Amino acid sequence: MTPPALHLRNLALHYGGATIFENLNLDIAAGQVTALLGPSGVGKTSLLRIIAGLEAPFAGTVTASDSQPLSGRIAYMAQQDLLLPWLSAIGNVMLGARLRGEPAEPGRAMHLLDRVDLGARADALPAALSGGMRQRVAIARILYEQRPVVLMDEPFSALDAITRTRIQDLAVELLAGCTILLITHDPLEACRISHHLAVLSGAPAQLGAPLTVPGPPPRALDDFSVLQTQAQLLRMLAR
Amino acid sequence: MRPLITLAVFLVMWWAITAFTPVPLYMLPTPQSVAAALWDQRGYLFDNLLVTLAEILLGLVFGTMFGVAFALAMAAWRPVQRWVMPILVISQAVPFFALAPLLVLWFGFGMASKIVMTILVIFFPVTAGLADGLRQTEPGWLDLAATMNATPSRVLWQLRLPAALPAFASGLRVATALAPIGAIIGEWVGASSGLGYVMINANARIETDVMFAALFLLCAVAVLLFTAVDRALRKLLYWVPDTRGL
Repeated sequence: MTPPALHLRNLALHYGGATIFENLNLDIAAGQVTALLGPSGVGKTSLLRIIAGLEAPFAGTVTASDSQPLSGRIAYMAQQDLLLPWLSAIGNVMLGARLRGEPAEPGRAMHLLDRVDLGARADALPAALSGGMRQRVAIARILYEQRPVVLMDEPFSALDAITRTRIQDLAVELLAGCTILLITHDPLEACRISHHLAVLSGAPAQLGAPLTVPGPPPRALDDFSVLQTQAQLLRMLAR
Repeated sequence: MRPLITLAVFLVMWWAITAFTPVPLYMLPTPQSVAAALWDQRGYLFDNLLVTLAEILLGLVFGTMFGVAFALAMAAWRPVQRWVMPILVISQAVPFFALAPLLVLWFGFGMASKIVMTILVIFFPVTAGLADGLRQTEPGWLDLAATMNATPSRVLWQLRLPAALPAFASGLRVATALAPIGAIIGEWVGASSGLGYVMINANARIETDVMFAALFLLCAVAVLLFTAVDRALRKLLYWVPDTRGL
């Protein structure tokens, strides 16, 4: 499956009488990482949920560039790892198959756990794993789904700085080629691992002009373009 | 060790009251006489113990089955919940113990009326516990399942039901503690066997020591049953962080 680009057109969301956003347009590039930044409460998560089909927009459309429906092609990664505490690591990786009633593929799940370096902990319950390990299981669970579009809602924000950097690199490496929309609060994270940046701000919220970070992600922490874009981004967010 | 010390202190205090206060023996028998009654009438007590135990266990099993079925039906079909839950809540205002004579009239002097009584007593905690658990599934898990294109029935069985088990376990623990009460009340109102029947009988003949012996056996059964259910639930819910301690 070639990953499609996503086109968001004239999206509007009202909540409790207030307009969260209106006439929102965004193109999410095929096979690349687009980061969406903005202050809390601006509607980033709602936007992600609309794309995921978890919430209906008040108006507007979300379409894929290949005109196929998006349902069944989207994987979702939230701030919490959302591992089921009663399933082992490998059971969590194969959760999708279990929930769809498909035969599980333990061999493939094991291979994916090996790729996130957790092959030895396949039978461990989530409670026995550290926060970083749990997010790695969540990444393996996304890979198992083989979905071309991946939506991430601050997936690494609960991790400490060192672990976060490692997991960002791992996610970028393993999910390379997917169309990814990443919501983040962290300008450095956005600049390091995304191709494109968009800032959502104001009330009702509007999207700023998209930025493009030169060079392939993940970029080094002291990469000049990362630092430069980060400074630019902070100025935009502070406005 | 602690329960044994508590028991020993309790026995000594009990003995001291019978030995050093003017409380007559027909009101409070000595620990020795209760032990003697336990031993002398062991056959009679044991037979009746089995009857009560059977009533408790059958009531617990059927009550739990009905409760689980109801809670699942409410979770699967919203109209069931809207129609049935208010009735269940209102039904809790009915003093079930006051129904006991009616149950004996309907279901006879045998075990059936006691089992129905026990079912009535434990049905609500089981149903309410599981229904609460089924309603309070972590929203993130449901979102995840939705993006995975899960079918509603699989979400119920694979996600909502396991997630509700800790709440169900709390309900079942309460039910286990209540079940002996249901059976005994049923026996008090009208029975031809069972520990409740033994107690009523002994009471009428002022055989207080036999009454205490029956009471002791009932307590022992209740404690053992609760411990067994609690252990089994902890084993079943291996993934729940253990914060309770007996």
